[in-house]
Amino acid sequence: MYPEYMSESLEKVTQSRNKRFELAKSGKPIYPPMNAEEREDVLNKFHPDYKVESRRKVRIGPNKGELLTTEVTDMLESHSRITSKLFDLTSPDYETDILIIGGGGAGCAAAIIAQQQGVKSIISTKLRLGDANSMMSQGGMQAAVTPQDPPTKHYLDAIGGGHFDNKPELVRALTEDGPDVAKWLEELGVVWDKADDGTLQVLHGGGTSRKRMLSCRDYTGAIILRTLMDEIRNHPEEITILEFMPIIELLLDHKGQCAGGVLYNLETEEYFTVKAKATMIATGGYGRLHIRGFDTTNHYGATGDGLVMAYKAGAKLMYMDSVQYHPTGSVFPEQIAGFLITEKIRGAGGQPLNKDGEIFVFPREPRDVESSAFIRECLERNNGIQTPSGRVGIWLDSPLIEMLHGEGYINKQFPAMHRQFIRYGIDITQEPMLVYPSLHYQNGGIEINEKTETNIPGLFVAGEASGGVHGRNRLMGNSVLDYNVFGRRTGKYASEYATKAKIGTLSLEHVDKYEKALKDARIKTKRVSPILLPYYTPEDVRKRQLTACYEGTLR
Amino acid sequence: MATKKTAKKKPASPKKKKTKIEAPEEVMATVFIMGKAHKVPADATIMGAIEYAGYQLKRGAGCREGFCGACATVYRLPGDYKIYTGLACTTLVEDRMWLSQLPTFPGQKAIYDIDKIEPSVETIQMLYPEVFRCVACNTCTKACPQDLEVMDYIQAAMRGDIEMVMDLSFDCICCGLCAIRCPAEIVQYNVGLLAKRLYGKYLSPKSKELEKRIREMKRDKYDKEYQELLKTKKKDLKKIYYERDLE
Ligand code: SF4
Ligand code: SF4
Ligand code: FES
Repeated sequence: MYPEYMSESLEKVTQSRNKRFELAKSGKPIYPPMNAEEREDVLNKFHPDYKVESRRKVRIGPNKGELLTTEVTDMLESHSRITSKLFDLTSPDYETDILIIGGGGAGCAAAIIAQQQGVKSIISTKLRLGDANSMMSQGGMQAAVTPQDPPTKHYLDAIGGGHFDNKPELVRALTEDGPDVAKWLEELGVVWDKADDGTLQVLHGGGTSRKRMLSCRDYTGAIILRTLMDEIRNHPEEITILEFMPIIELLLDHKGQCAGGVLYNLETEEYFTVKAKATMIATGGYGRLHIRGFDTTNHYGATGDGLVMAYKAGAKLMYMDSVQYHPTGSVFPEQIAGFLITEKIRGAGGQPLNKDGEIFVFPREPRDVESSAFIRECLERNNGIQTPSGRVGIWLDSPLIEMLHGEGYINKQFPAMHRQFIRYGIDITQEPMLVYPSLHYQNGGIEINEKTETNIPGLFVAGEASGGVHGRNRLMGNSVLDYNVFGRRTGKYASEYATKAKIGTLSLEHVDKYEKALKDARIKTKRVSPILLPYYTPEDVRKRQLTACYEGTLR
Repeated sequence: MATKKTAKKKPASPKKKKTKIEAPEEVMATVFIMGKAHKVPADATIMGAIEYAGYQLKRGAGCREGFCGACATVYRLPGDYKIYTGLACTTLVEDRMWLSQLPTFPGQKAIYDIDKIEPSVETIQMLYPEVFRCVACNTCTKACPQDLEVMDYIQAAMRGDIEMVMDLSFDCICCGLCAIRCPAEIVQYNVGLLAKRLYGKYLSPKSKELEKRIREMKRDKYDKEYQELLKTKKKDLKKIYYERDLE
């Protein structure tokens, strides 16, 4: 329930609703979208990335000298958990064709494609199989499937949304594979939202010029990922799943090929080695680094592990200066601060409103622009609504959706959202939600080409861990598509690679070299990465833990 | 330190100007985490309380938003014989709550070839014969943190009504709380998953538009357009982008 002092503002939202409804129904524009200059202006002034202190030069490694997101630079300029001396690499504990690091969407898709070609894989995952941001995507997956929407329109939307910084060949791959991914998933058993005659339901998302958002109610990610996981578990002979066993460093061979990795058993704290003919990084993003102190919509395990390992092995990163803040993270009640409120809400007609119940931005700008406009409305124009704990937010008017689409629509299309709020006495069919941008997505990552190859032979990357697909800003629904498109591509190309690859003598020398580079650059730090898990232990408890140290999960 | 400070109350979305609105004073509650008493904020979620008490979760935490089922929890309240179930990430603590997490449950999954089975009651019989042991006690429904009609979907599975199983189990997050309570030892969520896959693959009406688009892509219909776009200079691409028509 909203506190009493908000009732005046809530009343204004209710009052303006009828008029806004009439306008929305008429099909006339409800608010003018920004032009190029206006977008640039709001981004420069209000996007958190554009603050000077949000970036810091990295002093070592393949991107040396580049400005990266400060928290990322911190993570890269850190020690490894191990040194080469600790390991006898002549008799690896596991051997396989493809080592897949990460059990989210991209990893699962790759394992299935590899299995279909008779190629074996090991999936190493830090938590359980399927513990990933992929599980949490609510809104949908973009795919150009309607007659008025050729895939080239999707290309244009994605590249414009990414401020024309995307690697064109990756955007082509993304948009061109879209329809086939939709069909492939359905053949595996994904239940798409459809009309009775089979027509796929399509909705708008931020930055789309055509309706092309496919969905599975608001459990899109969960339905897709659970289907993939179930398929994986139908093939225990070919696919080995190692849970609570993250990879913490990559292995190279003497020719510089990637050749597997070092496993760490999160519970028994033992280390093991895996030799593989090809290696895939599918470790997802980094929301749990809480960049710039923001709350995050991300999974507990989203700590950017793959980035660090790949970087230490010599892989190039791309656009690691760019962070995505999702416009609509929840800010009230406090218990769900930062939680994702799907963009599909705005796709279905929900409107962002200020404290006076007025719409102040086109609801479907690309995410970075929309987020910046929210921040401007709250911080500069002082038109936000304060919460009891001192946060600030704007209204997201959901009851309008029921007016536009008929009663019961929210319960049918947004069951997860409805559930999330009704627990706290807020019925989103009757009352709006209070939102503010929340740390959501790693726009950049390890640079790949359209075959998901990196600059290290034998190392493939797909999904959020990769960089280049989305330029400096991803559109809604393109991440679910991304992990399917590029996950499948890794499955294909890594399998081809694995059948031909000859792995030489295994080595961890690069880890020692990186350590030396740290020293040579006079970088003094206690940090150890990958950090594997964030910690939310209160300060006073930590003080009493006399023998504990908080270097990730290292003790 | 490995991460920036992110203690109990994580730093909010930038907290700018402080206004007159007073934050209510912190009220505390006692909870028994696996039998041990801890004082925690009374408005915390169970997960928040466990972390507040000093645990770093390895199991029992995942999405932290109610989507992954990693955080299944059972609890009792004082003076109440009932066994309650909930998700640690979305359930609020109550004073003198006694809780244990059940981060994993041995729920067997049938292995099958999705291409070789049919959307029928025979498939259910073959893969999950225990479904027919259901005694309609409704315990599963009462245990479900998603408020799903679990018994109804199991009953629908017995009738071979795949569509209804799909529909009723759609929002299932595989937390396992129904299964641990079931006297017939059914693993409901895996039955639901099977039905969803059967429905999606075999029963859902096919999209003609999609088929048509796939045929177009096979004959590279858009290849030329793509070539053009890939050749277009950034400046011109920008122009095309900002002038494109919106549906
Ligand atoms: S049906 Fe069972 S497994 Fe699924 S959400 Fe409900 S209790 Fe959890
Ligand atoms: S708990 Fe088991 S036996 Fe009881 S209704 Fe549910 S499925 Fe049937
Ligand atoms: S942590 Fe995912 S459902 Fe609670």
